[in-house]
Amino acid sequence: MAITGIEIFKLLPKTNCKKCGFPTCLAFAMKVAQGQADIEQCPEASEEVKAKLKEAATPPIRGFVFGSKNIKIKIGEETVLFRHEKKFFNPTVLALEIKDTESNIDGFINEVLESSIERVGQILKVDAIFLKNESENSEIFNQVLDKIINKAFDLPLILGISKPEVAAKALEKLKESRPILSGATPENINEMSEIAKKYNVPLIISDKGIEKVLKLVEIARSVGVQDLVIDTQPNSAKELLMDNTLIRRAALKKGIRLLGYPIITFANRDDNFYETVIASLAILKYSSIVVLSSIPKWKNLVLFTLKQNIYSDPQVPMQVKQDIYKVGEPDENSPIIVTTNFALTYFLVKGEIENSKVPAWLAIMDCDGLSVLTAWAAGKFSASKIAQFIKESGIEEKLNHKELIIPGYVAMLKGAVEDKLPGWKVIVGTKEASGIPAFLRNYVRSKK
Amino acid sequence: MNFSIPKETYTGRIPEIVFGKEKKAYFGGESALPFHFFEGEFIYKPLIAFEIQDDIPEDYPEELAKVYSSVWDSPIKWAKFCETLGAEAIALRLMSTHPDSKDSKPEEAADKVKKILSEIDLPLIILGSNHSEKDAEVLPVVSDASRGYNCIIGKAQEGNYKTITASAMAGGHSLIAMSELDVNLAKQLNILITQMDFPREKIIIDPMCSALGYGFEYTYSVMERIRIAGQIQGDNMLCVPMVADVGFYVWKTKESQASESDIPEWGSLHERAVMWEAVTACSFLLSGAELLIMRHPEAINTVKRFIGDLFS
Repeated sequence: MAITGIEIFKLLPKTNCKKCGFPTCLAFAMKVAQGQADIEQCPEASEEVKAKLKEAATPPIRGFVFGSKNIKIKIGEETVLFRHEKKFFNPTVLALEIKDTESNIDGFINEVLESSIERVGQILKVDAIFLKNESENSEIFNQVLDKIINKAFDLPLILGISKPEVAAKALEKLKESRPILSGATPENINEMSEIAKKYNVPLIISDKGIEKVLKLVEIARSVGVQDLVIDTQPNSAKELLMDNTLIRRAALKKGIRLLGYPIITFANRDDNFYETVIASLAILKYSSIVVLSSIPKWKNLVLFTLKQNIYSDPQVPMQVKQDIYKVGEPDENSPIIVTTNFALTYFLVKGEIENSKVPAWLAIMDCDGLSVLTAWAAGKFSASKIAQFIKESGIEEKLNHKELIIPGYVAMLKGAVEDKLPGWKVIVGTKEASGIPAFLRNYVRSKK
Repeated sequence: MNFSIPKETYTGRIPEIVFGKEKKAYFGGESALPFHFFEGEFIYKPLIAFEIQDDIPEDYPEELAKVYSSVWDSPIKWAKFCETLGAEAIALRLMSTHPDSKDSKPEEAADKVKKILSEIDLPLIILGSNHSEKDAEVLPVVSDASRGYNCIIGKAQEGNYKTITASAMAGGHSLIAMSELDVNLAKQLNILITQMDFPREKIIIDPMCSALGYGFEYTYSVMERIRIAGQIQGDNMLCVPMVADVGFYVWKTKESQASESDIPEWGSLHERAVMWEAVTACSFLLSGAELLIMRHPEAINTVKRFIGDLFS
């Protein structure tokens, strides 16, 4: 948890000796709190204040990297309960569970390898395989492991193994990568911790409920395992929401280090629709890893989109790619409307054009995701830039008219755009998207 | 180490909404953030209303047509069919009043509403066509026609709230107040509505819904902010139930319509479309909605299972 300048000041000698380079201890304390000065600059600083600062600098939820030689995935290090407070940082890892007793291992691996879908410029995919040692047999497990390594050398792995000796043999094979080891329970916590420590892999701690997990976390830490993942084995949506909320709240608001770890959710359910719902709850509410029993394409699209939406940065406006979009089935006579690429502007304007039932060309111009007035004020939605965009878009050849509709808020650009776009006439549209249907209908009527 | 639950301190309880005449439906009334049973009371489960329209829908995609095309020529048949599917409330959208649709008259709409009320016992939500000016003409007439039936009327917006609020008050109905994805706009509209002496306890905020992938995170975060402002930061004006008008937004998206042969990497249309609605709805329950307006029965059943699991 962040430490304030006043708290630091209280722990300083308060002699104003100036040896740190600042006029007073208070000024120095403030700079330290802001990260602009180092506590070591104070020759009198106590061990107590140094320890407190070190503690404050450690993220309340531990972050770490796992994966393969070439694919590294970071999880954890989240800082808020609600995304509007800052943002969610490291997106949920989606993993497909494969049992080592399965006959069609190749089929499953292929499904994972072929899961990628592009959405709004991002490639989204199933990130990892959760390989479960259903057979409880080391040879069978390692055979399957070989299959995976041969076919998909770079696929990040989570190993679900309850027998320590099987875990050790498997990890011996995977020395070039950093898989996560799952399966530490009250029965095997000491041995599993030793193995996780020896091979330097993250360890998933499983027991029923937060209190029991806490005890296992203490043991794993005392053995020296740093990178842990928590599994509280919730039985219902209610328990999942409660456990995950309390864990994140305890870590962030109460500074409870023993709960400052990423969470894993086993979403596997009998029904594919319901599994998708549970996985969605886990994505929205703080799980860093979600394990699925199957990955049909429709389910992937739903979960990928949810993950992309919820991990977007609320402070960076969501942007739409610059392009001329079709709304309905526009032809050479259809109106063309230009606006900025702020996602919300795009969705609203597109929605209202749809409502108008007038097919139209929607010219979305890259303005770094700003809304119309802000973009205009920032010089990104200027007459010359609009003119250049329209010229370069090649839309002229698709139209048998030269009338461009601009947003009402930038009516003042009419003359300038006409100057820069010879032969074009600029029509001033409405200020608010809600006025578009009436405007477009009148506009089209006036053309007949 | 013993673990003591880090509890949140709350300043406000969401008012409960009861509507309907013969049969009643309930939502709201909770004293903590959504489904935080460990630190609050949850008297009622969230409510799902089945959406029907007053005329044959012009834009229902194939997946919905398969379910409703045999009944959608009559709102009464449609509502009764929803009842057989387990509906606890009906949301009637007066789509044909939209100037771009049939531009049907307020009186026609009122006749339809009266017929439905006389034949159907389920609690009714009556929605305009989302055309601000036309809704200002239609909703007062409809509101009067349904006087005494204790309905929910919507949606009042910045441009038309006066007439709609006045008529909802005269008709004894609850009111949906819609603003565009902004906490302060939502608050401002509720202030204006309560200044007309409309009771705060009968307002339902519609912070403007959206579909997964299409502005979803804006709705999600605005809802969370409204809940936090209303229940933790003591802002009374924002301490009222919320509605998510899910079906209306979801069934416009390409994901609910494109066939697998058009876009193979998106997989099977039926499952994709149903779950697009279900996941959008479940997410908005988690961000704070107590009332959902939905369309596909399979999506509704999935959300009901989720609600049951949360209340287990």
